[in-house]
Amino acid sequence: MKILVLAKQVPDTDKVKIDPLTGTMIREGLDAVINPLDLHALELALCLKETHRAQITVLSMGPMSTEMVLRDTLALGADRAILLSDSAFAGSDTWATSYTLSEAVKKLNIEYDLVICGEKATDGETGQVGVEFAVLLNLPVITYVSRFVSLQNDSIVVERTVEDAYETWKVRLPALISVLRSVSEPRLPTLSGKKMSLSKKVEIYNARDLGLKNNDLGLTGSPTRVVKVYNTKLSRNCQLYMGKDLNQGIQEVVKILKNYKGSVRR
Amino acid sequence: MIGVVNNQIDKNTLELLGKANQMAVKIQTQVCLFIIGSKELKVDHVKDYADLTVLMLSENFGRFSLYPFLINLEKAILKYRPSILLSPATTFGRTIMPALAARLRTGLTADCTDLDVDDKGNLLQTRPAIGGNVMATIITPNHRPQMATVRPRSFSVQPEKREGRVRIEEITELEDSCELIKIEKREPSAQIDQAQIVVSVGKGLRRKENTQIAEKLAQLVSGAVGATRSVVDAKWFSHDHQVGLSGKTVKPKVYIAAGISGAVQHIAGMQTSEIVIAINKDRYAPIFKVADIGLVADAYSTLEQIVKILEDESDA
Ligand SMILES: Cc1cc2nc3c(=O)[nH]c(=O)nc-3n(C[C@H](O)[C@H](O)[C@H](O)COP(=O)(O)OP(=O)(O)OC[C@H]3O[C@@H](n4cnc5c(N)ncnc54)[C@H](O)[C@@H]3O)c2cc1C
Ligand SMILES: Nc1ncnc2c1ncn2[C@@H]1O[C@H](COP(=O)(O)O)[C@@H](O)[C@H]1O
Repeated sequence: MKILVLAKQVPDTDKVKIDPLTGTMIREGLDAVINPLDLHALELALCLKETHRAQITVLSMGPMSTEMVLRDTLALGADRAILLSDSAFAGSDTWATSYTLSEAVKKLNIEYDLVICGEKATDGETGQVGVEFAVLLNLPVITYVSRFVSLQNDSIVVERTVEDAYETWKVRLPALISVLRSVSEPRLPTLSGKKMSLSKKVEIYNARDLGLKNNDLGLTGSPTRVVKVYNTKLSRNCQLYMGKDLNQGIQEVVKILKNYKGSVRR
Repeated sequence: MIGVVNNQIDKNTLELLGKANQMAVKIQTQVCLFIIGSKELKVDHVKDYADLTVLMLSENFGRFSLYPFLINLEKAILKYRPSILLSPATTFGRTIMPALAARLRTGLTADCTDLDVDDKGNLLQTRPAIGGNVMATIITPNHRPQMATVRPRSFSVQPEKREGRVRIEEITELEDSCELIKIEKREPSAQIDQAQIVVSVGKGLRRKENTQIAEKLAQLVSGAVGATRSVVDAKWFSHDHQVGLSGKTVKPKVYIAAGISGAVQHIAGMQTSEIVIAINKDRYAPIFKVADIGLVADAYSTLEQIVKILEDESDA
């Protein structure tokens, strides 16, 4: 059983700056962490490693600082970590990211039975990369997986949560699943794991190693362009009630509630 | 042509058709509704909001599974060639649209909260970015279709009617490596995006037990209870109740924010509500900047007073 986990590095804080020219995020100088949801994806893989002796590869595209983040995944128990890093990849949108990741899988002959990714990343919040990656490789996909039920010879059973139902699906492998927080409780790294990871190496490849052409990569290869970034100021004129006026405010609120409660259908 | 894709005929579909209509008038093009789903779907009440409704129905399309839907939709899109393709940002839209974008080698903007077209026909796709701190407008200059998923409740339903033709496309049935083995209906418990009055609670309620007063108020006014992420993280409410960037967008007639600080990520999900009422004991809390009425007071006891007045009056 071979598992591929897609993991993204995201900035740790919400104090992010934007490049005024390209409209993309300036990632330099920010503390980087693994996308929190991807930790749940990795944890699910680690559980399957324990129960089914799975081999885990973690794949990421990102700046060189991602190496530290990937090292942490080795410390947690991943067997192999691969970083795709090149200035040509900078500014990738979801199409260019998925393309680069899927090409790397082909070019590097990365083997997998199951691919696990997070439902979405906390920075871009698009939740598109996993699905696009899978479709570029013609893999079956189950999104919004809330529970991993079982692993059989050549298939998995998972529960997916959608608006109106919990659906249980049986999927022939290879396949990709994107997971919600509830699939697993991430473990903390241990000292022995950290020591052990020191002897392992994060493999790093650039565009040339992968034989990829610049036209398809990074900002150049991205169909979308950010044209404007702005602050929203949807402020309102607030009528404040406090102290001895409070009661008047409460009466005002009651009046509004009575007014609109009639318009309700249930 | 501007296309709208969905696997059901619901309010989201109508909202998107309304926006598609406005944009179609601006660039003088047609509106096409692509409906893919179960044989039971009836389009009579929606078809007149589009020039053309393309139906892809099958008894095997009761529940969404990616490839059967993808292959059929892709075929229809290559046939009708919309220059803009929209879908609601539901679990369906957020799965089918990236899959289509990958096959069509085009761009896709997730979770837009506003859309417009410029006179060159560029779709201006606006969404909150960077943790809700700013809004970003994104275009897809050289690839077609230009694709976007749109947060439910971003637009209102419009009355404009169109030609209303309907065409049925033949379905390609294919073997699916995904098999649905069980389905358990879920209480559509927290319909916060449907309610006309939303009573939302934040950490300022201090204890889980205290949130019962918000549920009581919501019940009295036939509303729903919303929550901040802090409160959801503390397991006071399930994620269905979360309002904001990583929760739902709501647009009720009345939004009550009780004990909520007003972080940008929360405001991203409620700022288009008609009337906003904030209750916070800190008169400098940011939530007051986006409120119409602010009560500087303890959240619990204020909600309690409001409930008491409403109850007394309904008894009388
Ligand atoms: C990527 C990202 C996505 C996020 N997505 C969301 C999201 O979708 N939704 C969301 O809500 N948050 C989201 N957040 C979190 C958000 O930043 C805030 O942390 C959260 O909204 C704060 O919740 P709160 O107002 O309940 O708590 P707090 O910020 O702790 O505020 C509590 C408020 O209650 C007031 N208070 C205290 N005691 C009382 C009292 N007795 N009576 C009245 N008032 C009192 C305080 O003055 C304070 O203003 C996100 C954050 C990030 C980084
Ligand atoms: N640059 C990347 N490298 C590796 N995996 C990624 C990358 N970007 C996104 N992913 C994966 O795709 C998921 C969704 O990310 P996103 O589409 O950016 O919200 C993440 O949880 C990751 O599993």
